Amino acid sequence: MRIYDLATAEQDFIAEVAARSHQDVRTCYQCGNCTAGCPYTFVYDYSVSQIMRLIQLGQQETVLRSKSIWLCGSCQSCTTRCPNRIDVAKIMDVCRHMARERGYATEREVKLFADSFLRSVERHGRAFELGLMVDYVLHSGKVFTDLDLAPTALARRKLPFQPHPIVGRDQVERIFQRFRQGGAHA
Amino acid sequence: MPKVAYYPGCSGQGTSLEYERSTRAVCQAVGLELVDVPDWSCCGSSPAHMVNHVLSAALSARNLDLAHSLGMEVVATPCPSCLTNLRNAAVEMEDEGFRSKVNALLDRPYTGAVDPQSVLQVLVEQVGVDEVARRVTKPLTGLRVACYYGCIMNRPPERMRFDDHENPMAMDRLMEAIGLEVAPFPLKVECCGASFGVPRGDIVMRLSGKLLDAARGLGVDAMVTACPLCQMNLDLRQRQINAALHERFRIPVFYYTQLLGLALDVPRQELGLDRLCVDPRLALGKIKAPAPVQ
Repeated sequence: MRIYDLATAEQDFIAEVAARSHQDVRTCYQCGNCTAGCPYTFVYDYSVSQIMRLIQLGQQETVLRSKSIWLCGSCQSCTTRCPNRIDVAKIMDVCRHMARERGYATEREVKLFADSFLRSVERHGRAFELGLMVDYVLHSGKVFTDLDLAPTALARRKLPFQPHPIVGRDQVERIFQRFRQGGAHA
Repeated sequence: MPKVAYYPGCSGQGTSLEYERSTRAVCQAVGLELVDVPDWSCCGSSPAHMVNHVLSAALSARNLDLAHSLGMEVVATPCPSCLTNLRNAAVEMEDEGFRSKVNALLDRPYTGAVDPQSVLQVLVEQVGVDEVARRVTKPLTGLRVACYYGCIMNRPPERMRFDDHENPMAMDRLMEAIGLEVAPFPLKVECCGASFGVPRGDIVMRLSGKLLDAARGLGVDAMVTACPLCQMNLDLRQRQINAALHERFRIPVFYYTQLLGLALDVPRQELGLDRLCVDPRLALGKIKAPAPVQ
C-alpha cells in the first residue's frame, strides 16, 4: 500500500478535473467496478479505480505522469458500469488532455500516432491512412511498424495511394488554427 | 421509403471500402434511401477526443451542419467511432456554453439538432428485421457465426440509446433473419484494442486474441462485425495475433452488411468479399443451397 499525505493534495487539480469533466470525483467510493471491467489493466501502471482515488487525493504529478491515462481505449466499460454514474472514461480523457497541455507523454508512440492522425485531417480534411502511417513512422522512428501487413493490405487495395481531397479542406484547417490560437478548454 | 442523411467516414474510403459499398448496396436493396452529406470531413475519431473535446466536437459539428443543410433529422453512419464523435458533439452542444465554444472554431455556427445514428439502428428501427427477412432471396443456412458489436456502439447507454448495452441483439436478429445460426457470444461488447494497433500492437494482440479465442470456443465458422476498426484488428491483424500468441486462428471476419448483401442477392462486386484478409471461401462453402421449390 502507498500512503499519501493529504497535506500534499493539490486542491486546484481536483477542481480542474471536476470542472473540465463535469463530474463529481468525490462520489467515487472505490467499489472497483470500473477496474473489474477494464480490459486495459494489464498494461496500466495504476488501475482506473486507483487513478480515481489519486485524483481525489490531489496527486497531480502521479496521475498526469501515469501511463494509464494514455493507454485507456475509451471503451466506456467503466462509465457504463459505475454505480455512481460517474463518467470515468471522460475523466481519463480529461487527464490525457491536461497531461498533453503540460507536455507530458509517458506513452510517446500513442501521442505521436494521435498527432499524425490529426495532421492528416488538418492537411486533407479527411484522414488519409497511408499518409498518416508514413507521417507516424517519420516522427516516431519506428520504421518497422506493421511493415508485415503491407503486402496483404496493398494486395487487397486497402490503402489507396492518394488522399480524398474535399472542397472544404480550408474550413477544416481553420478549425485547427482557431483551436491552437484560442486554446479552447472543455 | 425511409430516408436519412449518410456519413460514410474516412475508413470507408480505404481500409473498409467493402463495408461502405456493401452498406450502400444493402440499404438500396431494402428500400432505405441514403443521402450523402455533401463534402463531409473527418470526425477526428479517437485522436481528436484524446486531445480536446471542443476540437473534437467542432470537427463533428461541421458535418452535422452539412447534414442539417440537407433538411435531414437523422444522419446515419456505418462506423461506431464516427457515431460516437457525432453523437457526443450533438448531445454536448445542447449545452449553450459548450456550443458557443465549438461554434467559435467553425466558419459557420451549427444551429441544427440532427440526430446521429448507426446504419444498424436505422435498418432495425426504420426498415425492420421482418422487412429484411421478407426480402431475403438466398438464405444463408448452414453457417454458424458470432456477432461482435465492439465496445462503443451501445455504450454508454444513456448516450447511445440503442439496443442493450451488455447484450445487444440487433445484429443477432438480423443475422438470424437471413438464415444464419447465431452463437451466443459472451464478449459482444468487449474492446478489441481499438486504435492501439499501430502505436501499441501488443494490446491489440492480447484483446483481439481473446475475442478470437472465445469465438473459436463456440465453434463458429465466422465472426460478424459492424466496426471498421474491430474488423481490421480481427482480420488484417489475425496473422500478427497468431504469431504473437502462438495460435492458429483462421476465422473469417465479415461485415454484417456483406452477409446481408449475400442473402439479399445484391451484385457480388458490391460486397468486396475478396478484400477480406482471412479467406472466407471455406466458411461460405458451408452455406446450403436452398431446397428446390416443389
